[in-house]
Amino acid sequence: MKIVVLMKEVPDTWGDRTLDLETGLLNRAGSDLVLDEITERALEVALTHRDSNPGTEVVLLAVGPATVPNSLRKGLAMGADRAVHVHDDALLGADLTLTAETLAAAIRHIGFDLVVAGNLSTDGGGGVLPSMLAELLGVAGISSLSTVEITDSTVAGRRNIESGAFEVSAALPAVISITEALPDARFSNFKGIMAAKKKPFETLSLADLGITVDENAGRSIIIAVAQRPARTAGIRIEDDGDAGQQIADFLIQNQLIKGRS
Amino acid sequence: MTAYPANSVLVLVDVSPAGQLRSSAAEVIGAASTVGTPVALAVAAPGNADRLSAELAALGAGYVMISESAELDTAVVSPLVDALSAAAAAVSPEAVLVSNSIQGRDAAARFAARSGSSLAADAVGVSRDEEGVVAHHSVYGGAYSVDSAAAAGTLVITLRQGSSSVRAAAQDAETELLAVAASGAPDALINSYEETIVASSRPELRGAEVVVSGGRGVGSGENFALVESLADALGGAVGASRAAVDAGYVAQTLQVGQTGVTVAPQLYIALGISGAIQHRAGMQTAKTIIAINKDADAPIFEIADFGVVGDLFTVVPQLVKAIESKRG
Repeated sequence: MKIVVLMKEVPDTWGDRTLDLETGLLNRAGSDLVLDEITERALEVALTHRDSNPGTEVVLLAVGPATVPNSLRKGLAMGADRAVHVHDDALLGADLTLTAETLAAAIRHIGFDLVVAGNLSTDGGGGVLPSMLAELLGVAGISSLSTVEITDSTVAGRRNIESGAFEVSAALPAVISITEALPDARFSNFKGIMAAKKKPFETLSLADLGITVDENAGRSIIIAVAQRPARTAGIRIEDDGDAGQQIADFLIQNQLIKGRS
Repeated sequence: MTAYPANSVLVLVDVSPAGQLRSSAAEVIGAASTVGTPVALAVAAPGNADRLSAELAALGAGYVMISESAELDTAVVSPLVDALSAAAAAVSPEAVLVSNSIQGRDAAARFAARSGSSLAADAVGVSRDEEGVVAHHSVYGGAYSVDSAAAAGTLVITLRQGSSSVRAAAQDAETELLAVAASGAPDALINSYEETIVASSRPELRGAEVVVSGGRGVGSGENFALVESLADALGGAVGASRAAVDAGYVAQTLQVGQTGVTVAPQLYIALGISGAIQHRAGMQTAKTIIAINKDADAPIFEIADFGVVGDLFTVVPQLVKAIESKRG
């Protein structure tokens, strides 16, 4: 079985994340770039399946600029078999539709039985790409799985939505996205890090994938970007025994005490 | 066949497997009404059309389309996507608006991919300029506002739940029963569904005007009664930090933050929450923030309008008592 895992490089949520106010694009120079944690969990799902199913190939796939290979090495060190990086200047500022078309073409190029992705990236937070890919690839898609069971011909699991939970299954090939209810990713060891350097690493351009960027196609464009003023600290007190009363007074002054609804 | 206005905004509303409108329906129809004429589309099991069309008209839909589908019991998403495609063909909408629920965004994503439309995901508002419909986004935990629009064609927008308070006036809607040709696109199979029973009388976290959240500093699941007592005194919802969820104090559904629920209430009270950047990303657009923490260096104080360095187990009961006595 061939499992393609979608990896995303994002600015580390523990640091400053800034947008270029001219272009609306991530200011990469001002951010620590890391693999999105949820995509590491997606990789863990694939590696766990391979642990008990020899003959499984786990392929990492990412779209992004020249920094991406450094991030993908981490996934290779964790145990993925090989990596594919789609890198093309024409993808700068790509919207969801172009990104989905590019990923779908790369997945077809790689070949797949199962595509595993995280449910929501920490930067865009759209949560739509896995479903777009399922549609473009013409296969079943299941989003937001909190458990995953993979067999030779099916994928199944529990799909949690806001108000309940489905037990669902689909025939392969399929696309799934997983939530952080699934286990944390394994650590890479020294041996894995050394092995990662020798693993196959393929770089593809849009031309390799047969994609031409059509300026007149239905694309989403950014038309304005603004930075909100940062919040500043207000009043701060040490409790001398009347802090509860002081908060109540603050709430009353600001008309924040309402009746029970 | 009904003629739809040129400024139609096609709104796919969320319906539960039992055929009930989700609470997000009022929000998406309300938001759509600010940029055009809302045409509400509901996909439900057969026998629900009359009731749903009356409910959708009451929420402000000028036109209602109902697709009755017997496949909903077993098919995860294709009945919704097929219905959206059929409705869009009939309406030629300027924009398609869907709640950014898990179900809604799956349907919107597949529809956008199928129709080659541009997609604006997780918008927090919509407006109109001279060139058409604009989606507003809140990026990096509210640090930036970004506007997006379609370069050409229909813009498909998913609207973050609880982000818009606009509600539309009731309409006398024309209803069309939509005939949908199944695409036959591969889909996953539903083997069972279990609705989460909400026994709480408290408001839902998503969209609540007041949120009281507890963190690791609350100490235990039992101690969360203290958080609940303050939430109840203020008529608010209960939330939690990731640390409290990871420690097993409360269910993951209460998690506020980047990977949980994003809230933007009038009042947010953080109890025993240090204020990790991921938590702040989910709540820092609250109008007023109050924090109680015994650690004077907790980052939550950097964004709190009123911060108390103290023991929440003495401060909160006093606060609850003061609120109760004020309200009489």
